[in-house]
Formats: sequence, structure tokens, C-alpha cells
Amino acid sequence: MKGFRYLSNVATLRLDRETCVGCGLCLTVCPHNVFTLQAGKASIIDLDSCMECGACALNCPVKAIVVDAGVGCASGMINQWLAGFNIRFRKDSGCC
Amino acid sequence: MVTATGRVAVISGDLGVSDRLGGWKARWGIGRMSYIVPPGLYAIGSPGQDAPVLVTANYKMSYDLVRSTMKGHAVWLLVLETYGINVWCAAGKGTFGTGELVRRIGLSGLEKVVSHRQLLLPIMGAAGVKAIEVKKRTGFDVRFATLRIQDLPEYLENGMLTTPAMRELTFCLGERLVLVPMELLIGLKSVLFVGAPLAAAYGVAGADFSLIRFWEALLLYLLAVVCGSVLTPLLLPLLPGRMFSIKGAVLGAAVSAAIFAPLTDSLTRREICAFVCVITSVSAFYAMNFTGSTPYTSPSGVRREMGRSLPLMAGALGVAVAILLAGIFTA
Ligand code: SF4
Ligand code: SF4
Repeated sequence: MKGFRYLSNVATLRLDRETCVGCGLCLTVCPHNVFTLQAGKASIIDLDSCMECGACALNCPVKAIVVDAGVGCASGMINQWLAGFNIRFRKDSGCC
Repeated sequence: MVTATGRVAVISGDLGVSDRLGGWKARWGIGRMSYIVPPGLYAIGSPGQDAPVLVTANYKMSYDLVRSTMKGHAVWLLVLETYGINVWCAAGKGTFGTGELVRRIGLSGLEKVVSHRQLLLPIMGAAGVKAIEVKKRTGFDVRFATLRIQDLPEYLENGMLTTPAMRELTFCLGERLVLVPMELLIGLKSVLFVGAPLAAAYGVAGADFSLIRFWEALLLYLLAVVCGSVLTPLLLPLLPGRMFSIKGAVLGAAVSAAIFAPLTDSLTRREICAFVCVITSVSAFYAMNFTGSTPYTSPSGVRREMGRSLPLMAGALGVAVAILLAGIFTA
């Protein structure tokens, strides 16, 4: 995304080019232009801008993409972690 | 209006005072969770059998934005039950998902209302909706149209062509500004539980309890919250560092420097050190909290950021508490 960059080398996105049939759906659903089509197959051109939303993996017809999807939200993770210790706050963190 | 399946509510494209006030209140977290519209099929204008079908969430702000944007057009609007959550968050949770879409298509009798078999979804909904499965189960083609509702009229006029700009996420000042109230409210909650005790400790530290010292310290804590939850989001692309906590810490440190540089005579070095520790770490914490509201932070990244910066924040707070306690016992 123009002007914004988060951490490098952390995204769990993996593409299996052998399985890919080049339908282009991952290009359509990705909000961060992570993919491009090269020689009839998808290819990852910008891994670091992946926000792990999971849209590509969900919509790929041949399951060529895997990603550990979720919402990147610190307060959500802290609440989850506290819940592990049976500490609960009212559930109105900034994220959804 | 009456259709093949019975009556469908026709909705207006004009937002009234109560809609605008409601949207404003929801931004401030007032009644946000009950800001919903009933799911189902609605008509905007007087759509015919071949009019496009838009799909959205039943968060009233999303619904209001669609109907005001599509004013003057004739389209169908299928509202999914997402329990008042916006499309993006609901898709992440799966409520704006394949199952609900298939169910809502069935319940609304959409296949009798329109003659075509095409649905237009926001691109952000793709994290929850599997297009090929919807096609298999209902016969409807899902097209992920645009990221922003505002681009829909142009998309329709373009002959349903998604331009690269419609697919490109933005996070401009205005888009960040509307998120600030919720961030600030979350931050303010900690004033009572963290800020007040710290300020009280500082108030006690100077021989007798000093109310003025208490209020000064509380005000500084508030400033730290504002740095993290208001200024960091607004200045986001200008602040150095990729981690949000670093951005917040840099801002907190800069603001502390500006405040304490002229005060080196009236405050002890230890007091200043305690203040800087608290302001920097509190600002960093609420800056990190903002990761939940941005459209580009990945969970793996946030996990790494938390792993690195939470111990530092805790350490800095610990130093401040130790200084304050030492102050109380040596006073
Ligand atoms: S997970 Fe989301 S952001 Fe990452 S590549 Fe897939 S669609 Fe794009
Ligand atoms: S959606 Fe899957 S099959 Fe289609 S281009 Fe992308 S990776 Fe290849």
C-alpha cells in the first residue's frame, strides 16, 4: 500500500506454483497487489505487503495458496492471552 | 415495492439528521453494537429484473453509505446479517461469509426477483466469501467489485470494470481521523486504573501529598495517551520506524523532551526519568493498539511486534514505579 509498510519477512503466505491453474482470482481478491500472473501462473511479487486476510487462499479453486489468516490486532491478542489466564476485560477493544 | 416474492422495502438515498448523528455517535462508541439494520433485500430507486444486486453488511454505517452513494441509481441491496459489524471485520470473522450469503439469497427469494445471476460484493468481503462455492450452491456469480463503496457508481458506469485504483487500498488522513475517537476512548479508560495510581504515587513522593503534583502527573499521563491514540494515528506515515510501538515511543520521547527541557531546574533528574519512561511506554502501547484498526498490519507482524516491544514497555514502567516508590520511602 502506497506510503505504508509493516514488518518484513513475517507473512505466512505460501503459493504452490505447481498446483496453480492461473485463474487469476487471487489477483482479483487481494487488496494489496501481492500477486501477479507470470507465464500463466500466479506468482508472489510483494510478500511483505500481505496482511494475511486469507481472501486469496479461501477463493483459490485448487487450494494452491496457504496463509495463516487472521486480523492483526494487538489488543485482541492481549485479550486472548489474558483470557488464557482467566482474566477478562469487557470486550470492546479497538479491533473487531 | 411489490416483486415476484412479495414486498421489498424501498429505501431512500437521503441521509437524515438522525442518520448522521447516529454515525457520529457510533464513531464515538455510543451504542455502536446496536447500530444495525434488519438483514434482507432492499430496493434503491426502482430497480427492475435486470438491475444489479449489491451485497453489504448490516452495520448501519455501511448500509447508509451504500444508499447515499447509490442515490439516483436503481439497484437491489442485499443486506447480510453480520450482527452490526462492518464488511471487513465481519469477513475476517466469517459472519460476512459464504454460509450467510447463501442463506440470505434463499430467504430473500432473490432468484425470482432478478433475472440475472450476478452479485456485486465489496473486495474486502472476499476474506469471508468463497465465490466458487456460492456459485455451486446458488447459481449466482460473485463479482468482487471495488474496495470502497464510493467507487461503485463509477464501476457501474464503466460497465463493471474494476480499475487498478478501485483495487488499491488507501489509508489517508481522513480515513485515519474517523478511527481516532474509538482509539482515544480505549486509552482514556486506563487513566483511572493506571494513570491515577501513578500520579498519586508521584503526589505522595514529595513529603506531604501534594494535589498539584497529582494533577500535573495525571495531565502528563493523559498527554501520553493522546500521543499514542490520537497523534500517532494522524502522523502515522510521517513517524519513523515500521513497528507502531516505535512510532509511538519516538513521539512520546519527542513530546517529553519538549516538556521537560525547560524544567530541568524545578524537577529532579530521577523524576524526569520516571516521567519520560511512563510517557514513552504509554504512548508506545496505545500506538501499538492502533494496529487493530489499520488495513495493512498482518497478525504475524503484530505478534512479532508485541513480542519485542511489550517487555520493553513493561520494563520502562517498572523503572518508573521503582523511582516513584524510592521517592516515597526516602521522602
Ligand atoms: S492473505 Fe490477503 S493480503 Fe495476503 S496475499 Fe492473500 S489476499 Fe492478499
Ligand atoms: S487463485 Fe489459485 S489457481 Fe487461481 S491464479 Fe491464484 S493461485 Fe493460481
